[in-house]
Amino acid sequence: MIEIQHLTKRFGPLTAVKDLSLAVGPGEVLGFLGPNGAGKSTTMKMVTGYLAPDEGRVTICGHDIVEDTIAAQKKLGYLPEGAPAYGEMTPRQFLRFIAQVRELSGQAALSATERAVAGAELQSVLDQPIETLSKGFRLRVGLAQAILHDPEVLVLDEPTDGLDPNQKHAVRGLIRGMAKNKTIIVSTHLLEEVDAICTRAVIIDRGRIVVDAKPAELAARAPSGRLDDVFRQLTTGDTRGAAA
Amino acid sequence: MNALGAVFAREFKSYFATPLAFVFIVIFLFAMGAFTFYLGHFYDNGAADLTVFFGYHPWLYLFLVPALAMRLWAEERRSGTMELLLTLPVPLWATVVGKFLAAWAFAGLALILTFPIWITVNYLGHPDNGVILASYIGSFLMAGAYLSIGACVSSTTSNQVIAFIVSVVVCFLFTISGAPLVLDAFRAWAPLPLVEAISSFSFITHFAAITSGVIDLRDVIFFFSLIGLFLYANMLIVDLRKSG
Repeated sequence: MIEIQHLTKRFGPLTAVKDLSLAVGPGEVLGFLGPNGAGKSTTMKMVTGYLAPDEGRVTICGHDIVEDTIAAQKKLGYLPEGAPAYGEMTPRQFLRFIAQVRELSGQAALSATERAVAGAELQSVLDQPIETLSKGFRLRVGLAQAILHDPEVLVLDEPTDGLDPNQKHAVRGLIRGMAKNKTIIVSTHLLEEVDAICTRAVIIDRGRIVVDAKPAELAARAPSGRLDDVFRQLTTGDTRGAAA
Repeated sequence: MNALGAVFAREFKSYFATPLAFVFIVIFLFAMGAFTFYLGHFYDNGAADLTVFFGYHPWLYLFLVPALAMRLWAEERRSGTMELLLTLPVPLWATVVGKFLAAWAFAGLALILTFPIWITVNYLGHPDNGVILASYIGSFLMAGAYLSIGACVSSTTSNQVIAFIVSVVVCFLFTISGAPLVLDAFRAWAPLPLVEAISSFSFITHFAAITSGVIDLRDVIFFFSLIGLFLYANMLIVDLRKSG
């Protein structure tokens, strides 16, 4: 369960996120859409406790991310944009490190790692340094790291960015498979992703929510029935008044 | 505590994942030897003690310790792993301390590997091994103080070269603050208590006190409080990122 209330973040004169409120519950896969620079990543950074909001609050399963950061972060799996990882480590070492930090040990750590490795299909590269892996594999290492402790809440920042169609298909399958009892937010600027995995779509533009609807409802808004057209209509309709 | 251990272990191993550990230790030992035997005329002194050897430690640390510390945070910033690390459920103090302790342990390892000189001096004569032990402890404490400065500076930038150069400059000020070069500049105008305060920050003064064979609590407290102070500053600087 993620609750976001009146979230605002400013960087100097620029308001990156403006009075954003949202509640996402278990079983939902929320597609977080928007053009580049709309505030998707900034919102996710605030949800996961990397950035502090200027106004508003975020709670993860009832734990305030600012007041009760550690408890909230324990409930959370996060794939930051670009899937950063320690390049000199192998996926096996990296996941062992994550397991240790997540306070998993012994058999629990082993089975959690096995599950995450299987889910992200990393078996073939487990002992190669992460910096030598292709982008697709690196992303899957990031994904394995995020799902390792079987978190209640998953925040994935562009989990299929830069993957080839087969890999995209696999990652989407993985996310769909976990959707049943988890709360998931997936940011993307790929509209096909919404159709493929999301139960709900939120489009933000210049830090504000412009649409919050089911994918089918969203598509119905355009005469053509195509998400692309809806997206373009909603996010470029008014180019003035940005960052007010 | 588990998480602190995980951060420590990952950081410590990362030194050995690249040739850095090897290069550092070789240069450290080679420089120690060169300073002691050539510049310090170890054999010509005709004394069975390690005063000459320890006398060069502050000057060697001045360049080598910042090299050890520069990557601690700057690399995390550059590679984006900082976002991963800081959204894991680890208290910030544990991350800061874990990283510092890993670097300190590595410096300690390099220091221990200078043991042949201790064997040499015991072979040549009958040195006061109590003084030598005290000096080793003092040297280790001083290395920690240099490291805490380096770690703090490293947390301000994503550029390791800048981290290195700024650390060397700050370390240099702490090294020579008891020297006439610095004190004379202040004596002309500053009140005496201020001059004495500046002089009391000198690493060399405190280290020399310990290498004379007396581990005075005040010198130990000096190094530990300096470490505490810079690690606290390190923590505040890392926390500043939250505001963007």
